[in-house]
Amino acid sequence: MADSVLSIHGLCKSFSNQQILSDFHLEVRNGEFITLLGPSGCGKTTLLRIVAGFEEPDSGTILLDGKNLLSLPAEKRKVNTVFQSYALFPHLSVFENVAFGLRLQKVKGEELENRVNQALTQVQMANYAERFPHQLSGGQQQRVAMARATVNKPRILLLDEPLSALDARLRREMQVELKRLQRELGISFIFVTHDQDEALSMSDRVVVIQEGRIAQLGTPRQVYEEPENLYVAKFIGEINTFPGVVQEELDNGQVKIQIGDQIVETRSKKNLSPGQNVVLLLRPEDLRLYQQPQRDIPVFAGSIAERGYRGSTLDTWIHLDNGLKIKACEFFDEDDPDFDYRVGERVMVAWVKGWEVVLPDEG
Amino acid sequence: MKVESKTKFFIITLVSGWLVLLGVVPLLLLIGASFLAHDPMQLVRFEFSTDAYVQLADPVYIKVIWRSLQLALITTFLCLIIGYPFAWYTARLSPGWRTAALVLLMIPFWTNSLVRTYAIRMVLGTQGILNKVLLSLGIIDAPIRFMYTDFAVVTGLFYLMLPFMILPLYASAEKLNFQLVEAARDLGAGALQTLRKVILPLTLPGIVAGCVMVFVPTMGLFYVASLLGGARQLLIGNLIQQQFLNARNWPLGSATSVLLIFVMAVMLGGYGLLVRRMSQRERRK
Repeated sequence: MADSVLSIHGLCKSFSNQQILSDFHLEVRNGEFITLLGPSGCGKTTLLRIVAGFEEPDSGTILLDGKNLLSLPAEKRKVNTVFQSYALFPHLSVFENVAFGLRLQKVKGEELENRVNQALTQVQMANYAERFPHQLSGGQQQRVAMARATVNKPRILLLDEPLSALDARLRREMQVELKRLQRELGISFIFVTHDQDEALSMSDRVVVIQEGRIAQLGTPRQVYEEPENLYVAKFIGEINTFPGVVQEELDNGQVKIQIGDQIVETRSKKNLSPGQNVVLLLRPEDLRLYQQPQRDIPVFAGSIAERGYRGSTLDTWIHLDNGLKIKACEFFDEDDPDFDYRVGERVMVAWVKGWEVVLPDEG
Repeated sequence: MKVESKTKFFIITLVSGWLVLLGVVPLLLLIGASFLAHDPMQLVRFEFSTDAYVQLADPVYIKVIWRSLQLALITTFLCLIIGYPFAWYTARLSPGWRTAALVLLMIPFWTNSLVRTYAIRMVLGTQGILNKVLLSLGIIDAPIRFMYTDFAVVTGLFYLMLPFMILPLYASAEKLNFQLVEAARDLGAGALQTLRKVILPLTLPGIVAGCVMVFVPTMGLFYVASLLGGARQLLIGNLIQQQFLNARNWPLGSATSVLLIFVMAVMLGGYGLLVRRMSQRERRK
């Protein structure tokens, strides 16, 4: 790949006989915001620590700008890290924290001052240069940690769950800021998180990791709308699963699937054969609830088990007559701003045709 | 409310009474005695005199005091450079090994330090273990006389005081967030730069506490100097002991004690100033 900054090939790592990363491959492009997403223990932080130089892999190669990165110690790598706990030096002022890397590079005098101040201005912390870390709030410490890492102009910035210690409101603010900062700096960001909202809203590409392997690599839209396997579908966002069996393949590339007493005609990117167990996946927001049976589209009958008002949306949990429990999420619209359901009310569940995803049932 | 304030009054009275009785009064007695005249028959004669301090200015005593300071400084320095890596690596061990290392460090405390000083004589003597090992390895042809040298005194002081250096160092090394070390490496600092710019400043409280805890008692450990250094290796502690018990010159003994307390107070004050200056300098930058 021409604009690849970092290429990871066949990386393996295990701790005390437990395989953390197995044959991991990844190309990081120049200037992209790439997110490693997965539950804790899936190996995403280990991968970051290997790139930073804090861990050594058992095998595999990592190239930065085409040059071997693994032979360099952490301090020689043009890679900087924003730590989860920020790891600001408590005995140094904000200014000195940010100046730490520059002083080691023998940057002095006016240039030092200018670059530190510029970095602090970029994160809106210029007025806090004289403060000490313990005098700052969590969000401010986060900003200083960003400035301290970016002032060295690394080729790649590694961020290890940097927002996880912040409260929800601040986290959303910082998401926007991080994205802006990344655009301004033009540096590749490798962002590690277990928060799928963060991953979807900030990334150019998302790497969903499952037990040390890539479960799916794609744009946020791809991993959300076209999950390649059940793991990705279930990990990212909420999803309703309808188990079914393939009936027959049609000439137009579509397949007929039996779900309960309904026959559904759908398309699938996967090769399916008659008799195969499959799962039809629908996001809560893809579902439509009706009072009456609908013509031409398959519907499932059920009754409302629970409802929850969410401000902009109304969430409903529906007990289908075929035994499945599903969740629907509907937006309020101008036609019927007051719509609501009673618990126990009978409804017909349908969905926007073409928004469903069919995957082979792995379990 | 009333009961509580009564309790508080009782506790404060008890504590301050204790301090006055066992701290302030003896100190005042000591200072008082140092300004009395020497009488070989009655220990002291009750008339004001600065003779004791004049005597202390004698080059013989100044030499002893100077030597004590030197030995204490050497011991403190040895404890620091050997104790620091030990404390650092102990703090990085897994919890189980860490406990084991600390227990091993504490076990010698269960034996009286005087007994342990005698044990060092066994090791360092002409027929001692050290000489036997060196002889059998063929490193030396004839036994070396270790006993009654500065080497023996410093070895004894170092051995007895090392745990007092390690424990405060361990406490501050254990508190240090290891991610700060990783952050320093990440920002381009090599091992030595990380030590100098991050690890040492952040463990400075432990270094200061350890040095004070080693330096101050070392000056007074008279029996180590007597047992390992013999009559010629006097420490300030030996001087005080001799004045009180052998020469029965209480004013001189008291004056020497007052001087020792004064030197320690000056050093502690110096440490305090240094620490404050360092934190202010960091702030000004």
